[in-house]
Amino acid sequence: MALLQISEPGMSTAPHEHRLAVGIDLGTTNSLVASVRSGAAEILCDPEGNALLPSVVRYLENGATEVGKKAQDNQLEDLPNTISSAKRLLGRGIKDLKTLGGSLPYEFATASSSSHGTESNVPQIKTVAGNKTAIEVSAEILKTLKQRAEESLGGELKGAVITVPAYFDDAQRQATKDAARLADLKVFRLLNEPTAAAVAYGLDQKEELSERIIAVYDLGGGTFDISILKLNKGVFEVMATGGDSALGGDDFDHAIAEWILEEALLEDTHNTKIHRKAMIEARRVKEALTDNNEVSVKLEDWQGSLSRNQFDEMVAPLVKKTLMACRRALRDSSLDKDQVHDVVMVGGSTRMPVVREKVGEFFGQPPLVDIDPDKVVAIGAALQADVLAGNKPDAEMLLLDVIPLSLGLETYGGLVEKVIARNTTIPITRAQEFTTFKDNQTAMTVHILQGERETVEENRSLAKFALKGIPPMVAGAARIKVTFQVDADGLLNVHAEEETTGAKAGVEVKPSYGLTDSEIEGMIRDSMDNAQADMEARKLREQLVEADRTLEALDSAMASDADRMLNDEEKKTLLAARSELMEAKHTSKDAESVKAAIKNMEKVAEFYVARRMDDNVKKAMAGHNVDEFNK
Amino acid sequence: MAITLTDVAADRVNTFLANRGKGVGLRLGIKTHGCSGMAYVMEFADEIEETDEVFEDHGIKIIVDPKSLVYLDGTEMDFTKEGLNEGFKFTNPNESGACGCGESFTV
Repeated sequence: MALLQISEPGMSTAPHEHRLAVGIDLGTTNSLVASVRSGAAEILCDPEGNALLPSVVRYLENGATEVGKKAQDNQLEDLPNTISSAKRLLGRGIKDLKTLGGSLPYEFATASSSSHGTESNVPQIKTVAGNKTAIEVSAEILKTLKQRAEESLGGELKGAVITVPAYFDDAQRQATKDAARLADLKVFRLLNEPTAAAVAYGLDQKEELSERIIAVYDLGGGTFDISILKLNKGVFEVMATGGDSALGGDDFDHAIAEWILEEALLEDTHNTKIHRKAMIEARRVKEALTDNNEVSVKLEDWQGSLSRNQFDEMVAPLVKKTLMACRRALRDSSLDKDQVHDVVMVGGSTRMPVVREKVGEFFGQPPLVDIDPDKVVAIGAALQADVLAGNKPDAEMLLLDVIPLSLGLETYGGLVEKVIARNTTIPITRAQEFTTFKDNQTAMTVHILQGERETVEENRSLAKFALKGIPPMVAGAARIKVTFQVDADGLLNVHAEEETTGAKAGVEVKPSYGLTDSEIEGMIRDSMDNAQADMEARKLREQLVEADRTLEALDSAMASDADRMLNDEEKKTLLAARSELMEAKHTSKDAESVKAAIKNMEKVAEFYVARRMDDNVKKAMAGHNVDEFNK
Repeated sequence: MAITLTDVAADRVNTFLANRGKGVGLRLGIKTHGCSGMAYVMEFADEIEETDEVFEDHGIKIIVDPKSLVYLDGTEMDFTKEGLNEGFKFTNPNESGACGCGESFTV
């Protein structure tokens, strides 16, 4: 029978109608998926027991993809086709690439050579399998997590909550949603990562304070983020965000590696292999120092040891850098350190005792560290997904978010008129009236911008569209109502309407860095083209399981009575068929040949099965009268 | 007769109850639903009704309404893993058939 989970009182679902929902932490380096089962949020692992899925996708020539650890392991051999850190490119235009910092090892295609025939300004990465956007790469990661979740939960997902950094703008959020759509995953909500971490600790459930200030300190492998949140009656407001996109655990490894090379008198070597070895050893030492006060270190012929005190001193400048960012974020939100109620630690690098200690000293209170810092964001997202899927009796803990940056439009003179101010609770609809500038003007361009600055150039351009069909009249007579609508995910919809004549001209807006509908359709078509290959793979896996089952049945039968029921010749025939099936199981690439081998095995074993059945019947009837069976 | 838990199942129920932070026990029941007659219901219990039958095993209160009890009496509840999936499994002596998916059963 199917496996059951415990529900909240009165919230049991009918068979086949389970409201399965997950939280997904779609990370730059690693991604995770979590779900609530029997009331507890837990991370869903892959069959090998790994919680983290490296956010790496490799495209192969035959159109197949490798996702996660496998892609990461092959990364160095196939750099141009292995895409990591796609999150940094999500929702970015070609013009943004230069400003992202650091060189990316990929070759970008020009806009006009888009594989789906439509023009767009989404950067396309050239791979052997065609041009790929960051959205498609992220979709592969989401697909893998979705499959893992459906296997773990034993059913189809109803939807997911996906987390995004608090500083993601509208285009980046839309791109994340597009990726989910490509992965055939329904998004209940996008949730800010720091908010998710606060939810995981249940800070939103504490009612002793009407208003809480929460600092979320997120030190990952390659990035550092600090967010100051204000929680007021279930509404999380982002007061300030800050950080360093090029500071993370890797820099701590570097510091140790440099010290090792110096101590081993190898600091001048140009041997990249030795440098790599030093980095690997550094990482091991760093992790070992979390639980030990002194760790021995080795490189080539040199041997030494590193104490925690030495390490702490070595990395003090790095920790200080993060605290400076914390200070700036507090200043941006006009708060003092002692006004912060909770400090939440996120990211694997916050396991380092020196980081916990210094952060604790800085905020004057011990940070929250009970939940695994790698998993805390996914767990918070899973809790929220459980509520949104309808598995909780009342709408307890329905989070409201705010828009991170103001939304507005361009007015005469290259200025920006703000329509919705930042930190407004969403969902929200706001309208503002505009008019024509010239006599007989029949069209107007609506240019939507996001940001806090006053001029167009300083803000981020989200979309532009033309409202046509304005009846000719004197300047200033037309009344054009522009409506901004932001849904619960922070996604924007803008309509413009000419009101005096009742003539309507509404337009739906898509951010200019998202994908056009035809592009998305093209991608969905592509995924259908691969459906056949996916189905073949599935069939093969099913047959392999069947083969295992057959082999197991044979082995256990033979173990129990082969000596009694079979002569040597018969045993040999059976064992020969058995090894043929084993061979097919290990070498076959298609389901049919495995199936044939199973059929063959069953045919060869037919006489044995019949003999065992006879034997069992005989045993059952022994000592009974024939009449007893005729009744 | 009674309803019992295996050690593993008891351990998990205790963890889930502790995790939830409230609740008097575990409510089991059946619902007429599904493709093969009836389906199991398993919920956290916040209160016990007067008519409820209460069993105690491994220190856990198992609460069953009298209508469901006739179908559930003698059931043993286990917690198992099947591949990546994990959850509770019922061994019910009253059960005579289950649908292909195993989510519902007949007596």
